[in-house]
Amino acid sequence: MNTEVASGSSALERVSRTLTHRKSAVAAAVFFPPVGIPALVHSLRAGGLARSGEIEDARLSGEKAREWAWYALGVGISVYSVAFMVWLLTTNGGSVRRVFFNWDVLSDWKSWKSILKGFWINVKVFLIAEVLVLVWALVVAIMRLLPGPACRPVRFIATVYVDVFRGVPSVLVIYIVGLGFAQANVPIIGDLSDESFAIMALTLTYGAYVAEVYRAGIESVHWSQTAAARSLGLSYFQTLRHVVVPQAVRRSVPPLLNDFIGLQKDTALIGVLGMLEILNRSRFINNAKGTLAAYSMAALLFLLVTIPFTRALDRLIQRQQARTQGGR
Amino acid sequence: MAFLEIQGVHKTFGDLAVLQGVDLTVEQHQVVCLIGASGSGKSTLLRCINGLETIDEGVIRLEGMRVSGRGIDLDAVRRVVGIVFQSFNLFPHMSVLDNITLAPRKVLGADPAEAEEKAITLLRRVGLEEKALDYPDRLSGGQQQRVAIVRALAMEPHLLLLDEITSALDPELVSEVLNIVRDLASEGMTMVLATHEMGFAREVSSKVCFLHQGAILEEGPPEHIFGDPREERTRAFLQRIIDAGRL
Repeated sequence: MNTEVASGSSALERVSRTLTHRKSAVAAAVFFPPVGIPALVHSLRAGGLARSGEIEDARLSGEKAREWAWYALGVGISVYSVAFMVWLLTTNGGSVRRVFFNWDVLSDWKSWKSILKGFWINVKVFLIAEVLVLVWALVVAIMRLLPGPACRPVRFIATVYVDVFRGVPSVLVIYIVGLGFAQANVPIIGDLSDESFAIMALTLTYGAYVAEVYRAGIESVHWSQTAAARSLGLSYFQTLRHVVVPQAVRRSVPPLLNDFIGLQKDTALIGVLGMLEILNRSRFINNAKGTLAAYSMAALLFLLVTIPFTRALDRLIQRQQARTQGGR
Repeated sequence: MAFLEIQGVHKTFGDLAVLQGVDLTVEQHQVVCLIGASGSGKSTLLRCINGLETIDEGVIRLEGMRVSGRGIDLDAVRRVVGIVFQSFNLFPHMSVLDNITLAPRKVLGADPAEAEEKAITLLRRVGLEEKALDYPDRLSGGQQQRVAIVRALAMEPHLLLLDEITSALDPELVSEVLNIVRDLASEGMTMVLATHEMGFAREVSSKVCFLHQGAILEEGPPEHIFGDPREERTRAFLQRIIDAGRL
């Protein structure tokens, strides 16, 4: 208030420059004229009002300019995205639409049945692998964090495991585990089914990732919790079991589920072992019908699993944030 | 033989010498208050007694047995030495009741029903019976600290260490915690407490120790330390407390 009255024109200039939102309005008008030009008009009007000293009205106009500029951004991005998709589907006489969304294939019940049958293998593999990963990764994480010189070799082994399996592409691990054990005639393990090899390979790969997630979770539990537990006479493992791990696992859930989405998608790689899972079945259909529509069907099936999963994950993270922020 | 004997204890963190030759004896049923400026080593000394920190030199004996140095089963020591922390350190994922019964059940192998019954009795004593099933974040600071005391008491410790247990509390919540300590003192609980509550230290303690730069500079009955301290540094410390309106 004071500055407006006291320092006259220079203050007025400063005010007018900030309240017109001129840069945003110009950018909006260029980016998406149908909505951006009204933003520019409001901005210009705000400038005029400010020069004639009607600061309050100028502010209102400036605020409108900013609002319109935001709408230009939001509407513009949406319109351009949709336009791009439409172009992609209609270009070259609609060839993209014919290849990926071939109605003859998409409406063919037998194709769906075949692909679903394959998908069931993927679902089985990721469900079992996820349960195994939950346990195995915790074992590895705890091995990596064992204290003292006595456990140095254990820590070393666990570290090497994590480094190796995070570093090797999962498709290679599937090849090595799936073909190697059988070819080398390893007793018992060599006779397992392809599905079991797939589960084993994915558990080994994702066990390494999730072990790191758990480890971060365990390390994020404040040491004062350990101090409190140990000072009550609880042993190292009792403290882990009852105090540290329960808190760590709770904090690890969001990043852990994130890795699970990756695992679910990576089951599309187990087809390299030759079993009739979703990818191989879609390929057969595509080869027979001369389209790629079966891949779209497969993609849709994966989305039906992963989208609810990601949404649930978002909700979980939100709830956790609300709790930790409201709690203290 | 004293109940707790601390002889020539040294402790360094890196280059920082925190304890530089602490000697202290505590008899059974005594309440010993450690006073002194921040960084004088009060908390570290307490944490050395129950082995949360290892000591570099010296020896600590409890009930005649060495509890410091190599080859000590610290879990066994901690079964009889309770500690309450400045920041409560309750387990946030457990109800108040589970916080209290965890150690009796897992360490002493107590029957869950009996442990819970005992926990409820203790909670009733501190006026928190109705909070038994709540989680710690639903409680005020004073209530959390009372639960933390009960959690330590549930192990029936022979010695209770209190590490500035009211320093993290809003002023109006301090008395509800101190009243419990007062009760424990009158029941003959042996306690060593680090505190900034000088009025309380004067009232409750059998012996007051003034720590300065990692050693006990002066010790004696409260009327001596607060009324007629011998050492210049003790006087200066107390004068600062009085100037701050805390005594």
